Amino acid sequence: MLLTMAGIQKSFGGVRALDGCDLEVAAGKVHLLLGENGAGKSTLMKIAAGMYQPDAGVIRWRGEPVQLRRPAEAASIGVAMVHQESLLAPHLTVAENIFLGREPMRGGLLERRRMEREAAALIAEHRFPLQAGWRVERLSPAQKQLAEICRAIRAASSLLIFDEPTSSLAAGETAEVFRIVRTLRDRGMGVIYITHRMDELRAVGDRVTVLRDGRTVANGELADFTTEQLIRHMVGREVATLYERSPGQPGQELLRVEGDGVHFALRAGEIVGLAGLMGAGRTELCQAIFGLPGAPVRVWVQGREAAIRSPRDAAAAGIAFVTEDRQRTGLALSLPVRANVTLTNLGALARLGFLRARAEAGPVARLVERLRVRCESIEQPAGRLSGGNQQKAVLAKWLFRQARVFLFDEPTRGIDVAAKAEVFALLDELARGGAAVLMVSSELPELLQMADRILVMRTGRVAGELAQPATQEQILRYAAIGS
Amino acid sequence: MLQRLLPFLSLIALFAGLSIGSPYFFTGTNLASVLRQTAVINIMALGMTLVIVAGGIDLSVGAILAFAGLAGAKAMESGAPVPAGIAVGVAAGLVWGLVNGLLTVRLKIAPFIVTLGTLGIIRGLALLYSGGLPVVGLPKGFGFLGEGTVAGAPFVLYVLVVCAILTHLILNYTKLGRYAYAIGSNREAALYAGIPVGFHTVAVYGICGALTGLAAMIEASRLMTGQPTAGQGYELQVIAAVVIGGGSLSGGEGTVAGTLVGAFIMGLLANGCDLLGISPYVQQAVIGAVIILAVTVDEIRKRKLSQS
Repeated sequence: MLLTMAGIQKSFGGVRALDGCDLEVAAGKVHLLLGENGAGKSTLMKIAAGMYQPDAGVIRWRGEPVQLRRPAEAASIGVAMVHQESLLAPHLTVAENIFLGREPMRGGLLERRRMEREAAALIAEHRFPLQAGWRVERLSPAQKQLAEICRAIRAASSLLIFDEPTSSLAAGETAEVFRIVRTLRDRGMGVIYITHRMDELRAVGDRVTVLRDGRTVANGELADFTTEQLIRHMVGREVATLYERSPGQPGQELLRVEGDGVHFALRAGEIVGLAGLMGAGRTELCQAIFGLPGAPVRVWVQGREAAIRSPRDAAAAGIAFVTEDRQRTGLALSLPVRANVTLTNLGALARLGFLRARAEAGPVARLVERLRVRCESIEQPAGRLSGGNQQKAVLAKWLFRQARVFLFDEPTRGIDVAAKAEVFALLDELARGGAAVLMVSSELPELLQMADRILVMRTGRVAGELAQPATQEQILRYAAIGS
Repeated sequence: MLQRLLPFLSLIALFAGLSIGSPYFFTGTNLASVLRQTAVINIMALGMTLVIVAGGIDLSVGAILAFAGLAGAKAMESGAPVPAGIAVGVAAGLVWGLVNGLLTVRLKIAPFIVTLGTLGIIRGLALLYSGGLPVVGLPKGFGFLGEGTVAGAPFVLYVLVVCAILTHLILNYTKLGRYAYAIGSNREAALYAGIPVGFHTVAVYGICGALTGLAAMIEASRLMTGQPTAGQGYELQVIAAVVIGGGSLSGGEGTVAGTLVGAFIMGLLANGCDLLGISPYVQQAVIGAVIILAVTVDEIRKRKLSQS
């Protein structure tokens, strides 16, 4: 065995990400690592790459116990990771990135020529569509991954970890990545391959490990599992009972959106799902509705056209946007929960231009209570809440503004199963209270469970609309082929 | 809590130490002179606190001080009454502050760069406008602003207290203040919350400019001249005062009380070194070391907080 990880545990701020994970990877095999979002795949791999330290558990490398305290230590024994988001230095060339931290030196000076020559040879050997002298910032996502792969090969790695390499790639590029993965395997390298896409498993995998809620739930030869069995292991039984929508009748139209290839309306009391593959333009559509730069759309709120040029206009029109990246666009992390919640509507607290501190604490405390945001007090900095509670704090912000149309972008990303159920309950409660909800999600089971109907986007356009009961296959067909 | 109070405690310790160390320190004349000396930096630092809380920086305040002082002095030299002259100085500061704000917002350039540029432009214009010569012959009554005494205390103390209270109210009890914290803490999140980020950024720079204009008139009043070379290097002292007082250059943090403590620590250090006969060369090094020390202590406090 190349790498053995046993009983790995890891928590972040009280949230348990890994709860006894086991993984065994052999040389000359492609090992698939499957699991839903938040199952712990990325955390486990970051531990293998020395980026995180496990709270408990044993890591063995070629049978010997090892401690990987830093990425450099993992790299030195031969573990390399190709990241979902590129970790290359954008202003350096491909060659400089390949040799970053291992530059050939002579007499204290960089051997630039040799670096470029060797990088070019490496690229040629693998027939990568790259040139050693190109600056990384000008590369496509696929080319960046190829550059990272070169870097890993150059470092004489014997174990290569791919974290969802094809999520941002086009079909032709995906086939290219598969070819490369197979070549590396045939040379005796061990490969760990994380993916979400059930359709690509058989193209590359030899062995498989499935994680669920931070635990290893299945492990073995890929050929011994049917795809249905793998999905069952990934999903478990929890999702089926995660949340049940309360029935209701949609009311009047609250939002209508018209744009290039985009026509839809949201009615009061409705949750409409928005599905699509990564890069299909779902987030961009939400941003455009919310007045952020993007493809132009015309928006009608309660039947009247609203000129929305900025988030400020959108907020004034009663539209809320609960973004995917809570830390970047959702919360001012160093400010208390209180200040974050009231930020959307300070005017409601002001008298003669002065904020009334007493008028602030009460409503915030009530919202925190209603959404069950777990915090020490409303004065706790938002950055110290857990992911699920941050999500609720962002929602509280928009409830304080009394928004009626809610755009949720991946509302369950990065939060644990219990928190997911709570978020679903809140979505349902919003709809029951007469709000219109647009729910963007890559988690098809969640969409199928929560949405009254599902819009599917493909290359910036709404390719289809599915009435419930719909199936994952229907959604995927629209998303991938458009019909 | 103790660590949060550390700058304030050090100020008290410094005060006590100097009272014991030098017989000349705890005297009415010396304390009044410390107040008069630090008032200018203090008032500028109040404005800078707003800018730094909002995640910005203004390197041009020293140059604005010179320009605004000249503008006000010129007005009075050509016959404007004293209050009008002071108003001209404040207005000149306000205008330059707004220019700084508009440039950062419109050109989307880092404020460090914008204000480094305007520092040169404003200083150059001040020299050009005055021909490099000080403006003299100011009305006698003008001296009261910087040197006058009311009920036994320097008049500038009252000015400072009023400015500090107003700035504190703005930071803690107005939309502008709350938005400044939000913009400084996370500009993107502020934008996504529907805040007019650009407008409030410009407003914050405007207030900083106006306060600098007021400080400029105090400086001019103390010297009874408008100097095109006034305020050189003040920007660094002002920023240091904010930072010693707990302001963070990455934005979202800073308080009026902290900034006042920071400015007074620097003022007392300078005064103490003078009284104790320590060379001005050493003074500079001491103040530099204090800046690093203060920020280090603050960082340790924050790190502990985020781990608990």
